[in-house]
Amino acid sequence: MSSVTSDVMRPVRARVVSVVKETRDTFTLAVTPADGESWEAFQPGQFNMLYVFGVGELPISISGDPEERERLVYTVRSVGQATHALVSRRPGETIGVRGPFGAGWPLGAARGKDVLVVAGGIGLAPLRPLIYHVLRYRDDYVRLLVLYGARSPGDLLYRKQLAEWSRAPDTQVLVTVDYGGLSWRGHVGVVTTLLRHVRLHVGRTVAYICGPEVMMRYVIRLLEARGLAPTDIYLSMERNMKCGAGFCGHCQLGPYFVCKDGPVFSYQQMRPWLDRYEV
Amino acid sequence: MAEAPRARLHFTGRAGLAQLIAALAAAGYRVVGPRMRDYAIVYEEIENVAELPVGWTDQQEAGYYRLARNHKETFFDFNLGPQSWKKFLHPPSLRLLAAERSGDGFRLAEQDEPPTRYALLGVRACELAAIRVQDRVLLGDQYIEPHYQARRRNIFIVAVQCSRAAPTCFCASLGTGPRIEGGFDLALTELREGFLVQAGSGLGAAMLEKIEHSPASEQHCREAEQLIAGVEAQIVRRLDTRDIARRLYEAGEHPHWEVVARRCLACGNCTMVCPTCFCTTVEDTSNVRGERAERWRRWDSCFTEAFSYIHGGSVRMSVKSRYRQWLTHKLAAWLDQFDMFGCVGCGRCIVWCPAKIDLTEEVKQLLAAPA
Amino acid sequence: MQATPLTEILKEHPFLEGFKPEHIQKMAELALEVQFGRDQIIFREGQESGLFFLILSGRIALEVSAPGRILRVQTLGPGEELGWSSVLGEGGKHFQARSLETVRALAFEGSRLRQACEQDPSFGYALMRRLLKVVAERLQATRMQLLDVYAPRAAKLI
Repeated sequence: MSSVTSDVMRPVRARVVSVVKETRDTFTLAVTPADGESWEAFQPGQFNMLYVFGVGELPISISGDPEERERLVYTVRSVGQATHALVSRRPGETIGVRGPFGAGWPLGAARGKDVLVVAGGIGLAPLRPLIYHVLRYRDDYVRLLVLYGARSPGDLLYRKQLAEWSRAPDTQVLVTVDYGGLSWRGHVGVVTTLLRHVRLHVGRTVAYICGPEVMMRYVIRLLEARGLAPTDIYLSMERNMKCGAGFCGHCQLGPYFVCKDGPVFSYQQMRPWLDRYEV
Repeated sequence: MAEAPRARLHFTGRAGLAQLIAALAAAGYRVVGPRMRDYAIVYEEIENVAELPVGWTDQQEAGYYRLARNHKETFFDFNLGPQSWKKFLHPPSLRLLAAERSGDGFRLAEQDEPPTRYALLGVRACELAAIRVQDRVLLGDQYIEPHYQARRRNIFIVAVQCSRAAPTCFCASLGTGPRIEGGFDLALTELREGFLVQAGSGLGAAMLEKIEHSPASEQHCREAEQLIAGVEAQIVRRLDTRDIARRLYEAGEHPHWEVVARRCLACGNCTMVCPTCFCTTVEDTSNVRGERAERWRRWDSCFTEAFSYIHGGSVRMSVKSRYRQWLTHKLAAWLDQFDMFGCVGCGRCIVWCPAKIDLTEEVKQLLAAPA
Repeated sequence: MQATPLTEILKEHPFLEGFKPEHIQKMAELALEVQFGRDQIIFREGQESGLFFLILSGRIALEVSAPGRILRVQTLGPGEELGWSSVLGEGGKHFQARSLETVRALAFEGSRLRQACEQDPSFGYALMRRLLKVVAERLQATRMQLLDVYAPRAAKLI
């Protein structure tokens, strides 16, 4: 429980250090504390509520290196008024930050096992801190498998890093797109089709999945068919959030608050709810 | 009255109520309590006893609320109106922060002054339970809601024992009434000639010393017990809560949801009058020159289409899914989230539903085998 | 039954997982080893290609052309199948298939496969059942592609 005197509803000011264009509609922002201290440590999978003056707040997953305390990094897709305002910030400008909030990816679950990361679209962003962690503490894990799908080659995030990661030892990185053009000579097809191309050691693999909900459902179905237990599968859910701290009630999914009990859940928890419509 | 040895019960005459209001005001509290407005009994500021609904009672049923004279000189001979005490503890609109543009971005304005110290006069047993529920949600979970905390700390609660039950009351089924059990500073039971008074806290005991009182007589206590027994006998609506959470979850695809959905207007009245509903939304505004921005928190309702909106659309598009969300949250999910029911059996949602939807009836249908 | 190199290759291919030895033998009798170089058109859209392929190595792209662009809608690789519609034998191809790199495959004439099914219903049942599974997986994947899960939908609250 947080201290009585801290106000989780009050933002801390942050200064934008850089804004990098990843794709035509997606940008990565890095921010430092505007008023001195370094950032509170975050767990991979957690998010902040980011405030743009006069516009509003958004829940955005942290997508930077968890051991870097000077900057917080977010990859944001501009899809509406608020996200557009956020990605339009220039270096030197101020935004507000609340958090970090939420339950992160359970990293200990995969110790001594293979780490299977399955990401769709912007879903790679909340998984990147996990990948950084696994690469840093490489000896704690066996193989690292990264399966990543996006809409088209122009929508792929972190392309340089994907190439770097694929060169790491005991690491396999497979990338696919839903639609390819002539210059794309890689996989074309939904991300579930990549699963055919990896050997999975059942009982020795933990899966971490993030992407559109439909995609996650299909991936999980396939993983279950391959023999993975629901307790070895983790996914990151998304719901409307107005506070991030369990007060506004908007993010409820069945009995869970996605902001407090999630956004990361084990499939064991989500199982009764994922296939139900409109929950 | 909470069962207490007669030694702890006191009696004050009818004048004692006016003395209490004066003492509370003198102690710096803003006294709020039941008043008649627009043909309903609502909670507003009270400066003297004449402002209470003296001689009024209410008639309530599903979708029906009327006031009527009882031809007596009673202060509290009615049940609940459309408002609840969350109006003061968890206000319908609240400014969360103010910010001003400054050279390098913006600066947050200092926090507002501490909120008013309210004395709540006339809190019923189910309402005490509702305050306990909101305490659990807003103070007792992972984070503390600072605005609720600031208000809650400074409150003085004068509970009043119900002397009647409306046909829509089902507090007994949720174990929240009609007898007052605890959670008050002072508790009053209106008798023919005055009030039985009990202190429930040090604060209450200190306030009691400021009004004329004497030890309660056996006759007073008997009168109070008979009153409570009478109220208990009047409760007609029941909600069977045995294993209700598991059964409601399992009834997620029951055809009856469609039936309710056809009647439900998704107007959200139930969530507005419900004393435990806590959902809010935020609104960010700025002035025309963009120099000053404010962030306001407002009550929200899970019945709105926008409530569950994420990029692309709302998760709960149909009215059916939203009614199901509300009911399942109140009677099932709340148990998983907070170890208690979200419903206190006050019956307001039944009274104020324009479509007369009665959740005790709907639950019966939903837990029965599909026709 | 004499084990030929082809039966060994077929046994390894996921398409034939669970097939009885005599059915594998039948497939071996109908199989033709083929190879394509890089960027070769294996069949064109509309073409009445009667060939069904089991891919052994290399990647193939399925493409569709629309005014001003060519869209790659799927790639198929080792262990996968190409041209299931040839087994049904109806109508021309809906897509163009192009090898993205050197491809080695086993090719089967659709008409001969159909003939074998007629002559030996138990083989026919095994083959059709397996094909149905392939088509089901493709359909599922295609539906997911149709959902366009990554596309943002502009907010429009009524």
